[in-house]
Amino acid sequence: MSISITLLAQLIAFVLMVWLVNKYLWAPLSALMEARRKKIADGLSASERGKHELKLAQERSTELLREAKDKANDIIAQANSRSNQILEEARNNAKTEAERVVAQANAEIDREVNRAKEELRAQVADVAATGAERILKREVTDKDHESAISDLIARI
Amino acid sequence: MATENAGGSPVEYIQHHLTNLSVGEGFWQLNIDTIFFSVLLGALIVFVAMRIGRGLRAETPNGLQNAAEGILEFVDEQIRDSFGSRAPKIIAPLALTILLWVWLMNFMDLIPVDLLPAIASGLGVEYLKVVPTTDLNTTLAMALFVFALTIYYSIKVKGLGGYIKMFLFHPFGKFLIPINIVMTTIDELAKPISLALRLFGNMFAGELVFLLIALLTLGATISASLLIWFPLQVVLDMAWIAFHILVITLQAFIFMVLTIVYIGMAHTLDDH
Repeated sequence: MSISITLLAQLIAFVLMVWLVNKYLWAPLSALMEARRKKIADGLSASERGKHELKLAQERSTELLREAKDKANDIIAQANSRSNQILEEARNNAKTEAERVVAQANAEIDREVNRAKEELRAQVADVAATGAERILKREVTDKDHESAISDLIARI
Repeated sequence: MATENAGGSPVEYIQHHLTNLSVGEGFWQLNIDTIFFSVLLGALIVFVAMRIGRGLRAETPNGLQNAAEGILEFVDEQIRDSFGSRAPKIIAPLALTILLWVWLMNFMDLIPVDLLPAIASGLGVEYLKVVPTTDLNTTLAMALFVFALTIYYSIKVKGLGGYIKMFLFHPFGKFLIPINIVMTTIDELAKPISLALRLFGNMFAGELVFLLIALLTLGATISASLLIWFPLQVVLDMAWIAFHILVITLQAFIFMVLTIVYIGMAHTLDDH
């Protein structure tokens, strides 16, 4: 129970124990825990960064979406005006075409009328000559004939 | 619990239990049982540590590693509380060693007082004291190592001049230098001595109470009527074990915390 050489032995044992505990327990385990702590911290900061990037990407995507919408609206407006233009052109074309057709028809009609007039005129001359023959009951010479017809034609 | 190996009277029984297995006389007395059990328990710590160390996993720590990490973090927290982040490298393994080793050595107290000595006497070993911390040599050895470290760090941090100045001017200023020297010397010496005696006293007293409880039915081989005390003995023993579990843990913890605090105090610069 008194102090003795045992103290020295226990002192050596104690120092040895501190060394062994450090070597086999503290050093590897604390290194591991430090590494894990660092890994967790890294993970957390990475997730923070990821969140930030996600936010940026969301902002960017809404921006792009708005731009796309604007562009689409522009395109629709352009298309509308273009279709109006095409419609207008078509309408104009149709109008001129119709006018052309009408004019052509009118000319045709005029021509037909003139031809009918010509025919009618010839027939009238024949009828008149026959009528005159019957009235005079004699053959009119060709000369008389012709002059009479010409006279008639001129009067019609 | 009571056996015949102590022979006769209660006094002889207790004295027998408080005698170390030793070789040598006087200063050269080497307590073989103290050294044997402390080294055995130390080996157990190292063995378990190596087993944990072999299967270390950062991602999925298993049971033993979890327990070790828990203890390690507990110790680390105590250190950070009194050092901040500038703790010297030795303090953490030192504190951890004290906590584990002292606790295990104290734990030997909970093994029935006659069990191991009875087995030993069966093997022809006459004396056996199984709790290394009931040997003042053990506790004082640890306390002196801590004391040496406090002196080392005091001188390292304050410088040799600062360390001597602490003795000259410490409690009362420069006009009472002789008193200061005496006071500071007592102050410094009280640290390791109280550290050693506190652990030793608690464990020694605990062991003694276990012996007294064991004494209740000691004479049962002679007079069977003593067995009437047996139920009381069982109840008392269980109560004292339950209490003593707290005591051994608390004493190991106190030894560790005071070690940290003393070395931490050595690190604080003198504010006089």
